[in-house]
Amino acid sequence: MSAQATAADERSGSAGAPDRDAQGPLRGVTTLFSGPAGRNLGLVIALALLCVVGLITAGDRFVSFDNLMTILRLASVIGVVSVGMTFVITGGGIDLSVGAIVALSSVWASTIATQTLAADMHWVVMVTTALLVGAGCGLVNGMLIAYGRMAPFIVTLAMLAGARGLAEIIAQKRTQVVTISEFVDVVGGMVFGIPVLVLIFAVVAIAGWILLNRTTFGRRTLAVGGNPEAARLAGINVKRHTTLLYVLVGVACGLAAVMLLARTTAGTSTHGNLYELDAIAAVVIGGTLLSGGRGTIVGTVFGVLIFTTLTNVFTLNNLDTSTQAVAKGVIIVVAVLLQQRVAARNGSPP
Amino acid sequence: MSAREIQVTAEREPLLRMSGIVKRFPGVKALDGIDLEVQAGDVHCLLGQNGAGKSTLIKVLSGAHQPDGGTISWRGDEIHILNPQDALDHGIATIYQELDLVDGLTVAENIFLGHERARWGVVARADANRATAELLRRLGHPEVAPTTEVGRMSSAGKQIVSMARALSHEAKLIVMDEPSAVLDQEEVARLFGVIRELAGQGVAIVYISHRLEEIREIGDRVTVLKDGRTAATGLAAAETPTSEIIRLMTGRSIEYVFPDRPERQQAGEPALAVSGLSRGDEFHDITFDVAAGEVIGLAGLVGSGRSEILETIYGARKAKAGTVTVAGRRLRPGRVGAAVSAGVGLCPEERKSQALVLHESVARNISLASLGRFARGGFINRRDERRAAGEQVRALDVWPADVRRHVRTLSGGNQQKVVLARWLLRECRVLLLDEPTRGVDVGARSEIYALIRDLAASGIAVVVVSSEIEEVIGLSDRVLVISDGALVHDSPAEEIDEHQVLDMVMEGEAA
Repeated sequence: MSAQATAADERSGSAGAPDRDAQGPLRGVTTLFSGPAGRNLGLVIALALLCVVGLITAGDRFVSFDNLMTILRLASVIGVVSVGMTFVITGGGIDLSVGAIVALSSVWASTIATQTLAADMHWVVMVTTALLVGAGCGLVNGMLIAYGRMAPFIVTLAMLAGARGLAEIIAQKRTQVVTISEFVDVVGGMVFGIPVLVLIFAVVAIAGWILLNRTTFGRRTLAVGGNPEAARLAGINVKRHTTLLYVLVGVACGLAAVMLLARTTAGTSTHGNLYELDAIAAVVIGGTLLSGGRGTIVGTVFGVLIFTTLTNVFTLNNLDTSTQAVAKGVIIVVAVLLQQRVAARNGSPP
Repeated sequence: MSAREIQVTAEREPLLRMSGIVKRFPGVKALDGIDLEVQAGDVHCLLGQNGAGKSTLIKVLSGAHQPDGGTISWRGDEIHILNPQDALDHGIATIYQELDLVDGLTVAENIFLGHERARWGVVARADANRATAELLRRLGHPEVAPTTEVGRMSSAGKQIVSMARALSHEAKLIVMDEPSAVLDQEEVARLFGVIRELAGQGVAIVYISHRLEEIREIGDRVTVLKDGRTAATGLAAAETPTSEIIRLMTGRSIEYVFPDRPERQQAGEPALAVSGLSRGDEFHDITFDVAAGEVIGLAGLVGSGRSEILETIYGARKAKAGTVTVAGRRLRPGRVGAAVSAGVGLCPEERKSQALVLHESVARNISLASLGRFARGGFINRRDERRAAGEQVRALDVWPADVRRHVRTLSGGNQQKVVLARWLLRECRVLLLDEPTRGVDVGARSEIYALIRDLAASGIAVVVVSSEIEEVIGLSDRVLVISDGALVHDSPAEEIDEHQVLDMVMEGEAA
């Protein structure tokens, strides 16, 4: 840095470069504030406001370690899906089929055949099955979009219908109870007083952040979403990359299915209902551009936390889910309006 | 009032008078004091090479751009055209090259789109159809049925619908942006008939084209633009010799400094060999070699196939026949990745839409093609990345020399340098440059020229495509002329001059 600190550098101090970071031990802190969290100040405030409301209306029932874990457990499944969704949207796509893929993965991984095999070998068989089913659905989505040149909206809409239908056929519309108790104990259990589900979400979020911000894969995602033609002419294999993005979100759905299986101890074709809306809402209010080219995992995590905290506060106050849905709608609109204002002030493209 | 009457006796009061129009874009002065006067009932031709400012000027006139300086007076009163609707309200209609018609609607529905004939909110179709038939009769084309779906019509038919739409707004002035570009000769003749019809009714036409032979056929007056300035205005189309118009179009209002050509050495193995390259209607049987350190210029009009040739060499389009060989290795057709790893780089024509990720930083744009160099196990070493990008930024003198700045905030010339830097970082040996100075400020051009020459001197084989003939000749060691998808000329740059190239380029078009 100091080597290239010229007069021009100082002049451009207000340019608002995305990853301006300082040297030394303060580096992490400054990155946090001038980076994602600073940009997502509106989200921090919204979450803080929600917590204040929770504190006033529910008092100790809201502010407790147990309740915090309840919120995080609730956030973990949709959180994993939303992290995957962040990649697809950043890459210029959309995936409407996430909920259906979660359902299919959960059903497939909990069939008698799979569970018998898992009982003979190891419960990891169930996990692998769910991940592979998710990846397979994502691969079909991605191939049709990238190589079949179909619109992501249409392809994933078809997958939404098809995957959930297939789940219903496999499960014969019945709930499949998970009989492998070891699986439920481990994935649904606790480590050092923290639910494993929450730990999985934390690991996925951190891995997602690193993948998006520090790797060639993430950089290519931004380029493909920001200007696919420029990416192609720079020698990036845009089709392959697009396919990989859908496989990635598919795997995230498979993982979410594993988490659901452990939490509910059952696989059904109704799992993951309307996850696509919750995930897209969380990603968009988090500040990821719906048109692609800019994505933020931190924003997505905030988006997920805002929605789950909202649900929690409403539940603690015995308000019905309809009121909750109205509040959700209002929050989406207000948050996106605020994001746009902030983005416009920072001179970002709309 | 009386003052104006006196003026009218001296000279007809022009319908439109634009004077001293200035329009700036970030980093570029697109219009630098344009003057234009159009009389009612005249067909006024607007000429100029690409980048001369024709499109910007008509966008100012149609209200799509707001001028930064100068005045527009319309039927004697000074006006400000606020937006396209405002222009229509004044009676100024613009027909763009990409016609803005809705294919799924009928002729009548298109014509009255936005100002539908309606009663109590219900569209009065019979009324609209009748009015449409009347407009088409005025244009001399009563045979077009108002109920035809526009999507089924030919380009020429669509042109006529667009003109009828302009008339439906009671336009006094119709601007036509290269209407003949998509038409065949017969259709052009039909279009000219319509234009004459309209001019006879007192409607003024501003006609943009770069086909010189058309100007003489249809035009009354000619205005020539060059580098955002008016090179000549109000010339009589019938009396001005073609050579004079060509001189005005190509003549230098500003001297560009082209770097000296180095001594020609005996070329060894060609860095790039193109052989028999063909791609359907776009171009056919293109063969040429480029030696390391050589600059080849491809001259040709828009649509002659020149950009398509570059993109096919690069693998962005798949060749139907022929081969591309880089340093003795044949490239797999239709694979950008193969070309890039063989050391070919392309700076595409549309810098913003094809080359840059605009809201990313300069560093990230430079490193885009060589991410692998900074990555270990998929993780990018951002310090290395920025250092390498910084070296390129300094080497190419990009200003401001800040690799973290968003590339969007740079001027056209500096953005072009960023695209060049991307390929220098990649250490490419063949560089394909499509319109390297488009949208680049006049002052920064010489710098880009010197840079290209330096790159060649360092052993890179360079192919430059440009519609500015003086640029092709001034910059290149060898000039290739493309006309109608065929290579019609190949010679050292010293052996050919601008007029010869322009003749060849235009000739192919006319045939």
